[in-house]
Amino acid sequence: MSELTLAKPRTPRRPAARRSNGELYSWLFMRISGLALVVLVLGHLFIMNVLDGGVHRINFGFVAGRWASPFWQFWDLAMLWLAQIHGGNGLRTVINDYARKDATRFWLKVLLYVSMVLIIGLGTYVIFTFDPNITD
Amino acid sequence: MAGTTATERSGTSKGGGTLYRGDLGMWSWVAHRITGVLTFFFLFAHVLDTALVRVSPDAYDKVIETYKNPVVNLFEVGLVGAVLYHALNGIRVMLVDFWAKGPRYQRQMLWAILAVWVLVMVPGAYFMLVRTVTEMFGGQ
Repeated sequence: MSELTLAKPRTPRRPAARRSNGELYSWLFMRISGLALVVLVLGHLFIMNVLDGGVHRINFGFVAGRWASPFWQFWDLAMLWLAQIHGGNGLRTVINDYARKDATRFWLKVLLYVSMVLIIGLGTYVIFTFDPNITD
Repeated sequence: MAGTTATERSGTSKGGGTLYRGDLGMWSWVAHRITGVLTFFFLFAHVLDTALVRVSPDAYDKVIETYKNPVVNLFEVGLVGAVLYHALNGIRVMLVDFWAKGPRYQRQMLWAILAVWVLVMVPGAYFMLVRTVTEMFGGQ
């Protein structure tokens, strides 16, 4: 007679689902990126709207002068990436909270991720390929 | 019905500070979401308009020109106000999360960041609007 194999009491029917720490990392990322964005974004708003006199001063020449400096290129690049991922992650949470149907949730998130890739891709491309002598 | 409301209301955070729903803390969260979503949509447009520098100086200047009017100027002040609230409240959220006494002082911290918001926005709005106002009322 073969040995009877009995599950021990309280053994779960299925092995516990492997839980990933994705939500923990996203939560942590929101705090860390948020802290960086406080400096980057509030600095950007302050410089652009107060020190540099607001949108009235801005034109192609202004942008050219600004992106002549690697410092501002890096500033804007960091701001672009962090803000898009921070904002995209926030919107993902909002969609998860309010979309009622699975299909709605799925498509809203597809739209969100596409727009994030578009904006990060386009913005990065523009910062790196900016040409002050584009005129001709 | 009365039962439901009674349960929901029991333990309002006035004294104990346990219930979040309907309290000030909840509204700070609602405002955090709204300002966050608004900023995300603004950012979408802002990256697209800045990307026009890659098309031609003329295309960029033309779009920026449409921004130089009083109504857009007012929206800018609104945007700065939204982002500033989101930033200050974000700091408050981090203090609630990571500072041992944070949860206990969450209401006081809300009043504190609202005070900072007003203190920054009054001169901020002045500097952002002064040009528009002088232009509208017969400046150069």
